[in-house]
Amino acid sequence: MALSGFFLLLFLLQHFVINFSSVISVEGFNKVSHFMGTNPIIQYGIQPILLIGVLFHLGMGIYLDVANRKARNVKYAMNKPGENSSWWSRNMIITGITIMLFLGLHFYDFWFPEINTKFILGDMSGLNGHGEFRYWEELHHKFVDPIRVGIYCLSFVFLALHLLHGFQSAFQSVGFNHTRYTPVIKKLGNIYAICIPLGFIFIAVYHYVSQ
Amino acid sequence: MSELGMNLTLKIWRQKDAKAKGKMETYKVTEISEHMSFLEMLDVLNEQLINTGQEPVAFDHDCREGICGMCSLYINGEAHGPDRGVTTCQLHMRMFYNNDTIYIEPFRAKAFPVVKDLIVDRSSFDRIQHAGGFISVNTSGNTQDANSLPIPKLDADKAFDAATCIGCGACVATCKNASAMLYVSAKVSQFALLPQGKIEAKDRVLNMVEQMDKEGFGNCTNTGACEVECPKGISLENIARMNSEYLKASLVREK
Repeated sequence: MALSGFFLLLFLLQHFVINFSSVISVEGFNKVSHFMGTNPIIQYGIQPILLIGVLFHLGMGIYLDVANRKARNVKYAMNKPGENSSWWSRNMIITGITIMLFLGLHFYDFWFPEINTKFILGDMSGLNGHGEFRYWEELHHKFVDPIRVGIYCLSFVFLALHLLHGFQSAFQSVGFNHTRYTPVIKKLGNIYAICIPLGFIFIAVYHYVSQ
Repeated sequence: MSELGMNLTLKIWRQKDAKAKGKMETYKVTEISEHMSFLEMLDVLNEQLINTGQEPVAFDHDCREGICGMCSLYINGEAHGPDRGVTTCQLHMRMFYNNDTIYIEPFRAKAFPVVKDLIVDRSSFDRIQHAGGFISVNTSGNTQDANSLPIPKLDADKAFDAATCIGCGACVATCKNASAMLYVSAKVSQFALLPQGKIEAKDRVLNMVEQMDKEGFGNCTNTGACEVECPKGISLENIARMNSEYLKASLVREK
């Protein structure tokens, strides 16, 4: 879980940086998107690893949750878990599955059409009917519907909750806990968990209000 | 609280034996002094039950001073009750209010089956300890004094802190996954940090983790609840140390 988690943390960071470029520069976003969408190392090397990483993280998460539930066959009549741990640390499976459901919508919005255009229709040009790059335009038009924007924003809140625990937990799981560095990792984790999802929310809202 | 004491409603798990189906039963106790320990309050209840011809509530206890690790009650939704850094026997009735309803349950885990009422079988901990929680020493009569080996003060302190684990099982009872990682990591750490523990270090961590999994404990998801509820304040740092030891040992194991 921790190793796939580290990989997904890095992926999320680069995803955010590229998406944020759509707010700064249309041309820049188009160029980066075209590079990412057509580079053979990314498309045929890293993309399959990413998919396997996501599926592994999901599969292991569900497997461990089922095993963990079996480890306590009789529940307490009175239990106060809130006295000793955070809600988000105890409910990674809920936030995780919510993120996976969101990924279904996200794939439907972006990934499936992209795969269809490039690998089924065979159009690797990245151009629209006017001979211009289509990436920014397609992204921008996905955020016309306020309900879709709302779903995206809500999903990013769940992402933040997942990361609040996941970031520092990954370090602990691989055996890294140090008096000097762990407090820094926890702070970094909180910054990452709040800033990255907040940034994604900003990007979605930016495209919605700038229609 | 007044000197007259508290009147309390107790909801206690009653189970005749390991095979019987248990249920929560309600009892009333009166004039409980705030100076009593929680176990003394249960003694009062049991005296009351015996005097009225009822079966007393079975619960584990021994030293009653927070050392032996025998007492093991889940009180009002928390292992060893609402206080911090104490075992059930060190919990005092001043933590409660007059007319409170107190839920008293056994530590719940598949690996801690209920024997009777509030008593659970924690021999799974013993089997984990047998799997590797020891060091080999020369007992031929020429045994080397442990103090002859220089050990950094910080390592000695951390090993000692890990060794303060009394194996009560509060970590398992508290963990949402009924994971025994804090206990096992304390038993691994107390040796892993010392030169005497290096000889069996690889086998120790591998065998103890394997036995832990066999016993049916859950997996650690790092919620940190165990550290908060541990009466001895065993640190999560031990779990990270065990994870690190386990990863290293797994990579170089020969079988």
